[in-house]
Amino acid sequence: MSALAVTSPAEVRVAGGRLRDDARAVGMVWRRELIRFRRNRLRIITSLVQPVLFLFVLGTGLSSMISSRLPPGSGGGAVDFRTFMFPGVVAMTVLFTSIFSAVSIVWDREFGFLREMLVAPVRRGSLVVGKCAGGATVATAQAIVMLALAGLVHVPYSPMLIVTLVGEMVLTAFVITALGTVLASRMAQVESFQVVMQFVVLPLFFLSGALFPLKGLPTWLGALARIDPLSYLVDPMRKAVFEHIHVSPRLAAYFDQGITWGSWHVPTGLELGLAAAFGVIMLGIAIAAFSRAE
Amino acid sequence: MRPPGRPGVPGPPGPAVEVIDLVKRYGDLEAVRAVSFDVAPGETFGFLGPNGAGKSTTISMLCTLVRPSGGIARVAGFDVVSGRSEVRRRIGLVFQDTTLDDYLTAEENLRFHAELYGVPRGSVPGRLADVLKMVGLWERRDSIVRTFSGGMKRRLEIARGLLHSPRVLFLDEPTVGLDPQTRSHIWGYIEELRRREAITIFLTTHYMDEAEHCDRIAIIDQGQIVAIDTPEALKASVGRDRVSLQTADDESAAAALKEHFGLDATRSEGGLTVYVAGGESFVPRLFAELQVPISSVSIARPTLDDVFMTYTGRTIRDAEASQSERNAAAPWIRASRRR
Repeated sequence: MSALAVTSPAEVRVAGGRLRDDARAVGMVWRRELIRFRRNRLRIITSLVQPVLFLFVLGTGLSSMISSRLPPGSGGGAVDFRTFMFPGVVAMTVLFTSIFSAVSIVWDREFGFLREMLVAPVRRGSLVVGKCAGGATVATAQAIVMLALAGLVHVPYSPMLIVTLVGEMVLTAFVITALGTVLASRMAQVESFQVVMQFVVLPLFFLSGALFPLKGLPTWLGALARIDPLSYLVDPMRKAVFEHIHVSPRLAAYFDQGITWGSWHVPTGLELGLAAAFGVIMLGIAIAAFSRAE
Repeated sequence: MRPPGRPGVPGPPGPAVEVIDLVKRYGDLEAVRAVSFDVAPGETFGFLGPNGAGKSTTISMLCTLVRPSGGIARVAGFDVVSGRSEVRRRIGLVFQDTTLDDYLTAEENLRFHAELYGVPRGSVPGRLADVLKMVGLWERRDSIVRTFSGGMKRRLEIARGLLHSPRVLFLDEPTVGLDPQTRSHIWGYIEELRRREAITIFLTTHYMDEAEHCDRIAIIDQGQIVAIDTPEALKASVGRDRVSLQTADDESAAAALKEHFGLDATRSEGGLTVYVAGGESFVPRLFAELQVPISSVSIARPTLDDVFMTYTGRTIRDAEASQSERNAAAPWIRASRRR
């Protein structure tokens, strides 16, 4: 060390390496997300209202309508349509919570805290990674509350099923938070949130097969469903559920279609891989967008 | 823990802030025009000027938030462009607009700041207590920031700006939007800070009375520094004291002042006002030579208002009025600054 070296603790730390600094920044953004979520009880409760309404009101209504129209001789008793909807509604919970977490960046910009983070001597990428990790954690936690209702719609609490679903929820939450962060980087004001809801979130949800089987759709709708990244996350969750319930093969074939490209059934692994790749690309775009901004 | 710059601890070599021909252009508009100055370690340096004079743009360039269009700026020995992270580690920032997280407690805001700035874990609790006690918010550390008043939030931001022991603390209009009592409290904390931490403070203000707290002031107008010196020297450079007098007959007194002393008196409801060099020696002559009976005399040293007037030909209020017209004509200037 030269004679001029200043031995303040800050100086010593500078030599400590950037990776640890970035890791601390990731941790900080992640913890902040959790604290804010935990403190906002009203948000936790209100964001459960919508999936509960979908599952138990819309689901019950559709269920009684559909059971009368099922192919005759399905046997094994009528399948509850809510069982079919359940993975879709869990995905919906993840979708809305993730988007809300990601778009809260726009609120941070409005109220100034974003600036506190952006001027810090850490890589912007670490802030984005922390945000996505935090949003994914919060959304998964919220969806686990929905998962607890599985028994009410005849989905068994099998440990294997729960582990699979939670894993797929984590992936969904990450993909959607990354997408939301990209959108947030382009949003100048809070009012744009409505635009994102109408033009991105609702189309993603309705096209994903969360509410109806993707079989036998008109060509245009089928094509849109196939380019919806959420489709590739809802389908694996539904497959997992159908593997753990007892229905006749005919009924299972009716509801549990999978995604086809032409006549080829896309395997679950590829579905999840595609979704993950989409998430990573979104994360990259988000990091680039926030690194560019002054 | 002793912050750098204290007696006995080797300070950073060279000036704390060094600016050479710094320029910032927004399209055709030159917001900052070839500004040059140095700030010594431990100094409290003030940028004084009307809103829109280029103060915030300059401070943003020094804080690495805005890229200069030309010239050189070094803070704590590092270039603001090539050594951006190095500069950021060594500066504390308090902005005009609050940048706290309203939903977190005071302590959580500070802890998160410590994480972002890589303050060694072991020294966080001590440092946190130090800065919170300094601004008088230790008892409120567990309160959610949303419940704080404007003054408390500003104090918390100052505490946060100091948490990572910066070499230079930048305060952009630290008291704007606060009531006079809170303003004087904030200044109390800044004075306290100067005594305790021997830190370099760089601040901007458009309040004349606040600039008096600085060791040196740069007066900036329309993107250029028009004067730079200690408040006393600046006031002395105006060279004239303000003498106010009340007489039995203001009209004939004004005529006599013109005749005997060659002074143009301005009349107001309070009496007559004249500007003269060396007010103390002028008053005895006034009594001896003015035929009109005088009922009272007061001498006032020039204020920074007078200084601003002398260097720019306008009062700071007039300058702000014309500036706000300019901004109204080009609203994108503000919009682009917010990004």
